[in-house]
Amino acid sequence: MTNLLQTILVLVLVLNLFALGTSRILSLIRTVALQGALLGLLPLLLHGQHSLATVLTVGPTLALKGLAIPYMMVRAMRDVKIKREVEPLVGFQPSVILGALATVFALLFAGQLPLAAAHVDTLIVPTAIATVLTGFILLTTRFKALTQVVGYLVLENGIFIFGMLLVEAMPLVVELGVLLDLFVAIFVICIIVNQINRAFSSLDTRHLVSLKE
Amino acid sequence: MFLDLILLAILLAAVSGLPGLVMPRSSVWGERIAAACMAVAAVAGLAGVVGGLRGAGGAACGFPWPAAGNGVVGLDALSAFFLAPILLVGGIGPLYGLGYWPQRIHRRNGRKLRLFWGLLVAGMALLVIGRHAMSFLLGWEIMALSAFFLVATEDERKESRRASWIYLVATHVSTLTLFGLFALWRSATGSYLLEPVSPETLRLGTRHLLFLLALIAFGIKAGMMPLHFWLPGAHASAPCHVSAILSGVVLKMGIYGLVRWLALLPVPPAAWGSIVLALGVVSGLLGVVYAIGQHDIKRLLAYHSVENIGIILMGLGIALLGRSTGHVGWVVLGMGGCLLHVWNHSLFKSLLFLAAGAVVHGAHTRQIDRLGGLARGMPWSAAGFLVGAVAICGLPPLNGFVSELFIYLGLFHAALAGSAMAMVGVPVLAAIGALAVACFVKVYGTAFLGVARTPAAAHAREAPVTMRMPLLILAACCAVIGLAPVLVAPALDASTRCWMAGVAPGTPAIRGLAPLGGIGALGAALVAGLAAAAVLGRRRHAARRARPAITWDCGYARPSPRMQYTATSLAQMIVGLFAPVLRPHVQHPRVDGLFPAPVAAHSHVDDAVLDRMLLPMGRRLANSFGWFRRFQRGLTQNYMLYILIMLLVLLGTLLPIRAMVERWLAR
Repeated sequence: MTNLLQTILVLVLVLNLFALGTSRILSLIRTVALQGALLGLLPLLLHGQHSLATVLTVGPTLALKGLAIPYMMVRAMRDVKIKREVEPLVGFQPSVILGALATVFALLFAGQLPLAAAHVDTLIVPTAIATVLTGFILLTTRFKALTQVVGYLVLENGIFIFGMLLVEAMPLVVELGVLLDLFVAIFVICIIVNQINRAFSSLDTRHLVSLKE
Repeated sequence: MFLDLILLAILLAAVSGLPGLVMPRSSVWGERIAAACMAVAAVAGLAGVVGGLRGAGGAACGFPWPAAGNGVVGLDALSAFFLAPILLVGGIGPLYGLGYWPQRIHRRNGRKLRLFWGLLVAGMALLVIGRHAMSFLLGWEIMALSAFFLVATEDERKESRRASWIYLVATHVSTLTLFGLFALWRSATGSYLLEPVSPETLRLGTRHLLFLLALIAFGIKAGMMPLHFWLPGAHASAPCHVSAILSGVVLKMGIYGLVRWLALLPVPPAAWGSIVLALGVVSGLLGVVYAIGQHDIKRLLAYHSVENIGIILMGLGIALLGRSTGHVGWVVLGMGGCLLHVWNHSLFKSLLFLAAGAVVHGAHTRQIDRLGGLARGMPWSAAGFLVGAVAICGLPPLNGFVSELFIYLGLFHAALAGSAMAMVGVPVLAAIGALAVACFVKVYGTAFLGVARTPAAAHAREAPVTMRMPLLILAACCAVIGLAPVLVAPALDASTRCWMAGVAPGTPAIRGLAPLGGIGALGAALVAGLAAAAVLGRRRHAARRARPAITWDCGYARPSPRMQYTATSLAQMIVGLFAPVLRPHVQHPRVDGLFPAPVAAHSHVDDAVLDRMLLPMGRRLANSFGWFRRFQRGLTQNYMLYILIMLLVLLGTLLPIRAMVERWLAR
């Protein structure tokens, strides 16, 4: 069981780097969908006994992160007819290197943290931190509105992994509430993406500066 | 039972504007329902006030609402005393509004105005009966925010928006200080209840701090001199009946807070009384001096509010001095003068603002130098303004005289006992009275007498009856208090006793210390004498028919009605006398050559605190933070970067740095 868990977490780390390295938005969305689906399986692996609560979390998580959200984003992408992120602030290879540095930092950092005995040997905490940092790198270096959304999703995935540590302490309602929030947020952003495209004839979020007072 | 009446009044006032909101904009029924609601609320509430002043307010009752801290409300004589002006002015304002701000003309903002009027009255009434920090603050904030929306009634005008923002800043500073005050009170006494505490619970330093915070918080609301900066603009740009309630009642909530708070604290050090007295002297003198320099009738009245707050504070200062030195007579006279002046000012200042509203309604300008001869076209409003002017100058036979006499008597007592501040107070109070007379001679003479200076003033018509009724009610109240001060003596005694309850139960009655009967007789004799003189004068005037002619044409080919003494010229001597303080800006015209081009002269007086201190300081502060703008680019990526940096910094604090360093060194 632990082996499988570690494997999935390593896969998540690799997907982080892949997300940083790709310029095609479609593959970016697919990467995040795969990452989300893998994360959806985590509760099953993390805890020996499968209570009703864990099963109830897994279903919606898989459906939302793996299917519904990517579907909405792909549709938004088709609507605005955009395929690639061009001219990011930091190029794709440097981004991958940055991501790798962030992963190394996360691994070193987690080693220094005073963690509970049960979590010391797993990769959960370093993966969570690395994923959050990856989300931030995407958010700060990419300019297209859709890539920004992907950045938020990666960031949220990181927080989700962290939440796995607390899955016994956190009520089911909170978990599902977070998922619902995420769904609604992405739904709204996909509509806004369309509006930005219509107003500025571009998805470049730098144009939004003109809205500043 | 009487408390229930007050609560009913609060409820009625709070909902009075709601029916209008659901009705179409063209409907006149919204304003009628609101006026009726407010009138009923005023009558019910005033019945409760009478009960409260008799000490039958009943026990404090819980206010079962956790959001308001399960606060407690109660009705004692002091609350009842301050409730009276709230309900009176709050009740007659919407009636005046029927004529002054009718829905059929002001479709855009009439409904908003009535909604917030009701909320303002409800908030003030709630704060006055609040016995718990939370219910007090709830009322305070409802009052402050409704007043903001009322000042911004005409939010399409830039001047109104500016005035309302300045007001909002001031009131927030005041509320913030109140938070500090209540937090300190809670930590010192262990409870948010506003009840007198035993002297042992508060250390002297805490007491000084509580007094200082109260003075700032309530001083801003009351418009005390260095903190009055929001007041002239807000009062000038609001609709006139809103100015009336702002000036007549909302300012008094600051006084109420100060009075109530000083009753909660144990026996004060003598310095507090001197400080309050000194602030009163400064506010009174500078308020009236600034008033003389104004050209706008509403700004002028607003500065007179500062002056009258000064007079009220002088009374409070005497009472505080008496309280700390054990002279009960000073307390009775000072508190009597302070409280009666609260009532009086709310009556005559509302009267003046409502009469000024009639002028604005008739002549469509607030500039005194564009009016003139209005007494002919609008005799009722002119008479109302005259009554208010005589009252505010503190002349017999009206009410202002009575309260100022109490304060004079208190000052004399204190001065004879050797209080230096009181010795300064007596001549200053006299100077304030004289300057107020000069100021109102200027206003009344320029606006209501003489010849109309502009066609608009010449065609000014008398206000409708809904606007004259409130004038009549207020003028009658002024006359009654002036001619029969015995009637208000029980209310004053009850409130003073309530204020002194924690210190010395059983204070003497004001009747024994001031010649109330004599004042009444003097007033009656004066009225009789004036009436006789008027009758005689009219008879002689009728016998000799005067021939109307141009007074002075001085060789001009075409003299126009604008060629009269202006208000500015009437005030010039006094403004010149106080030029070091007022620093008037005068732009003299230059007339060159044989055929000079048309030129204009111009003069105005800036506000010392707002225009010469706060605004330049704010501008300098904003400029010095110009470099900060580069961090606010409007680019989401930048903001995400800031969050990332913050996150890394916070993560860094999680690291057991010392242990790491030790491990590294050990290696």
